[in-house]
Amino acid sequence: MSERPLSPHLSVYRFMYTMALSIAHRFTGVGLAMALCALVYWLASAAAGEGEYQRAVTLLSAWPARLLLLAWLAAFCYHLANGIRHLIWDAGFGLEKAQARRSARVVIVVAALGFLLAAWLLYGVHRGAP
Amino acid sequence: MSLRSALGTALGHGAAGAGVAHWWSQRVSALALVPLTLWLLGALVRLPLGDYAVMSLWFGYGWNPVLLGLTLLVGCWHSSLGIQVVIEDYVHAPGLKLAALLGSNGLHGLLAAGGLYAIVRAALRSPT
Repeated sequence: MSERPLSPHLSVYRFMYTMALSIAHRFTGVGLAMALCALVYWLASAAAGEGEYQRAVTLLSAWPARLLLLAWLAAFCYHLANGIRHLIWDAGFGLEKAQARRSARVVIVVAALGFLLAAWLLYGVHRGAP
Repeated sequence: MSLRSALGTALGHGAAGAGVAHWWSQRVSALALVPLTLWLLGALVRLPLGDYAVMSLWFGYGWNPVLLGLTLLVGCWHSSLGIQVVIEDYVHAPGLKLAALLGSNGLHGLLAAGGLYAIVRAALRSPT
C-alpha cells in the first residue's frame, strides 16, 4: 500500500465545537455498546429468580456501579439527541454551517435536560432504584 | 507511489456494493431505536426497580417481553454495525482487524441470544 493521503484530514482544520459533538457521538456509541452487557446482566438476573435479582440490584446500587449507570444514562441521552440530528441530516435538512452549529447547541441542551430529568426520576423520586 | 492503475488495485477485491446496505441498516435500526429506547427508559424511571415482586409481574405483562426483546435485538444490531465501523476506521492490520470484527460479531450475537433467552425466562417466571 502506497503512502497516499487518507481522509479525514482532521489536523488541517481549525477546531470547531461541532467536531467535539461528532467524536462524542462515536465515544458514546462505544460506551452504549458496553451498556448492553449491563442490560443483559440485569435481564439474566431477573430470569434467574429473586435471589439473583436482589444480588444484581445490590451490586448495581453500589456507588461505582451507580456512577457507571449515570455515565451510561448521559451517553444515551446524548447519543439519542445527536442521533436524531444525524437522521435529520440524512433526510437532507439542516446541512448549512450555521444550522449545524445551532443544532449542535440544541442537542447539548436537550441531552442535558433529558439526563437531569431521567436521573431525577430514577434516583430522586424512587429512592429504592439501583 | 505504485505504478499500478486505480482499476488494477481495485480489481479482484469484490464488489463494493455492500456499503449501501450497511448505511441503510444503521439508519433504519437508529429510527426504530428512538421509540423503543424511549419506551424502555420511560418504563425504567417509573418502575420500582429494587422490588422483585413488581418487576417479575412487569416482565410478563402484556407487550413488555415483546418490546423488550425487540429493543434488545435492534440495539444489538445497531451496536454491531457501529462497532464494525469503529474497528474498520482504527484497526488497520488485516489479521487483527478480522479478529476484532469476528470477536465483535460473536459478542453481539451472544448478547442478543443470551438476552432474549433471559427475557423469555423472566416472562415465563412471571405470575401473570
